[in-house]
Amino acid sequence: MSNKIRVLVAKPGLDGHDRGAKVIARALRDAGFEVIYTGLHQTPEMVINAAIQEDVHVVGLSILSGAHNALVPEIIDGVKKAGLTDALFVVGGIIPDEDIPLLKKEGVHMVFTPGTSLQEVVDYIGKNSPVRT
Amino acid sequence: MDSDKIRSAYSEWEKRLKDTEKKFPSRPVKFTTWSDMDVPLLSTPLDLETENFDYMKDLGFPGEFPYTRGVQRSMYRGKLWTMRQFAGFGSAEETNKRFKLLLSHGQTGLSTAFDMPTLMGYDADSPKGRGEVGKCGVSVSSIEDMETLFSGISLGDVTTSMTINGPAIVILAMYFAVAERQGVPKEKVRGTLQNDILKEYIAQKEWLFPVQPAVELVVDTIEHGMKHYPNWNTVSISGYHIREAGATAVQELAFTLADGLGYVDACLKRGMKIDDFAPRLSFFFDVHNDFFEEIAKFRAARRIWAKLMRDRYGAKDPKSWMLRTHAQTAGVSLTAQQPYNNIVRVAIQALAAIMGGTNSLHTNSMDETLALPTDESVMIALRTQQIIAEETGVPNVIDPFGGSYFMETLTNRVEREAIDYIRRIDEMGGMVAAVERGFPQAEIANSAYHFQKQLEIKEKVMVGVNKFQVEEPKRTIDTLYIDRSLEARQTQKLAALRKKRSPQAFEESIRNIKYAAESGKNLMEPIIAAVNAYATLQEVCDALRDVLGIYRDTGSF
Repeated sequence: MSNKIRVLVAKPGLDGHDRGAKVIARALRDAGFEVIYTGLHQTPEMVINAAIQEDVHVVGLSILSGAHNALVPEIIDGVKKAGLTDALFVVGGIIPDEDIPLLKKEGVHMVFTPGTSLQEVVDYIGKNSPVRT
Repeated sequence: MDSDKIRSAYSEWEKRLKDTEKKFPSRPVKFTTWSDMDVPLLSTPLDLETENFDYMKDLGFPGEFPYTRGVQRSMYRGKLWTMRQFAGFGSAEETNKRFKLLLSHGQTGLSTAFDMPTLMGYDADSPKGRGEVGKCGVSVSSIEDMETLFSGISLGDVTTSMTINGPAIVILAMYFAVAERQGVPKEKVRGTLQNDILKEYIAQKEWLFPVQPAVELVVDTIEHGMKHYPNWNTVSISGYHIREAGATAVQELAFTLADGLGYVDACLKRGMKIDDFAPRLSFFFDVHNDFFEEIAKFRAARRIWAKLMRDRYGAKDPKSWMLRTHAQTAGVSLTAQQPYNNIVRVAIQALAAIMGGTNSLHTNSMDETLALPTDESVMIALRTQQIIAEETGVPNVIDPFGGSYFMETLTNRVEREAIDYIRRIDEMGGMVAAVERGFPQAEIANSAYHFQKQLEIKEKVMVGVNKFQVEEPKRTIDTLYIDRSLEARQTQKLAALRKKRSPQAFEESIRNIKYAAESGKNLMEPIIAAVNAYATLQEVCDALRDVLGIYRDTGSF
């Protein structure tokens, strides 16, 4: 496996809005990260399995349907229990302001809302990904 | 027209322009449309000459071939466009209340949004839909929910639009069954089902079955509608989601029309005659930021479709030639930043749709990028249309840009580029084949990425996002929240329904569906029988999934 930072871009739930996830996946790839995109309609179990199998540094969850409070904690919990305790968790999508502190309490490191530039996401992940030896 | 005189005056003017530009250079921006087409500084009669502009051939008269100026002879003097605000959230009871509110404020048609589980063919009690029940639309799992949704509203007196695709045939069966229970004669049932599955694989991504069998289900509904529901539009061929997923105006137009051709070809293959079903095909386009580009798109859409229907398919009925369309302002153009600015965006987009001659319009609410809209913001959106209708004078005159040097040149260019895409799709073997190989999906992903990069370097500007930003105060407008207990309440209702229905009738109806699916028979009647026997949405869809298979995302980006 290369030394590149591996980022999982995942679309949990039934939400079909994948424009943002695909644009972010490309931008991260163009910035030199190794990107794994799950495709649409993933259950939390599928996302957890993909994160473990690919041994990713970063789990990026894209959710625009309002199901974040139901799906995100389950995924974080599953990924950590399966042994990826140092993974960086980021969420992108339509997340109401008042839900952001709740998600952070559940272990999300950063929430990117509409209007975030690609560069901000690239910079954040570059700076905050776990270093594994 | 003395072209030589204009030509020499033009070159003189260009020299003087150069002098002016030495003193006052153009602003350092790229002068392109929102979809990145170059735009000339000035258009003149010389451009029309280059285009071989021919009034009778290119425009003709409203209500007549090729319908560039509009599909009705008197356009908005005869009847204003239908003001149709999309609504749906939470339970059927709550959405029913919103419908009644909109009707009491002068809205003329209903439009239903369904939640994600419903759109994917899952019941409210399915673990697949956890956290999404009632979130982005109304939850409908059975005919009982459908009855509640339209309780107190006679389906003979309203026109209803239902935005659903993957399981559209089941939802349509429920609607027809409710109309029948209300005692409404079939010819009085009016409205539109989106039912455009091709654009699901291309853009909206709410699919159930593999592409080919899914298209056959669409043909089943068209065939049934043609025979029994003469005033129901069974398919609304939709560019909206294609555009929202990142397509350019030309791609939106081309892929939408190519989807339409896909359904036409499938219906003809079934043995139907073009003039028996084409008049009931309807369209749905986005209306985005670039004022002129959008107007050109609507004009070109009507002209291309009319020519294809008449010349490629030999349709004789003028109703087959007419592209009737709904339009919705662009959701992606709305910003979470400084959300009141969205009212202005929506007003300008709405004006473009009307100048473009749309037959029906939804104006977005300013808070839709944050959450589902509140009653107040929905009202402002409806009032926006009413202000255009009553105060601006715009609906008094047909196609006011007709004959404009710039608009005619732009309309021709949009038409040419769209036709070029349609030709490429034809060469791949039509839209079903193009979708299976991921062609439109990849074209859209490229455009979406290109636009995002333009935003990054401020080559394209979104006010409040990458220019004129302000420190945002915490949430300045009220947003609507959906009660999380809905999932539990819906689950209880479904349990009660399964308990009280006849198990024999239910099981037999599911067997009949599977049999019809296996033997390639039209599924509409078996599904109507099943929903009347209280089979749920998911039970019907699972039976179909068993026979037809499922579709999975390829995950390319």
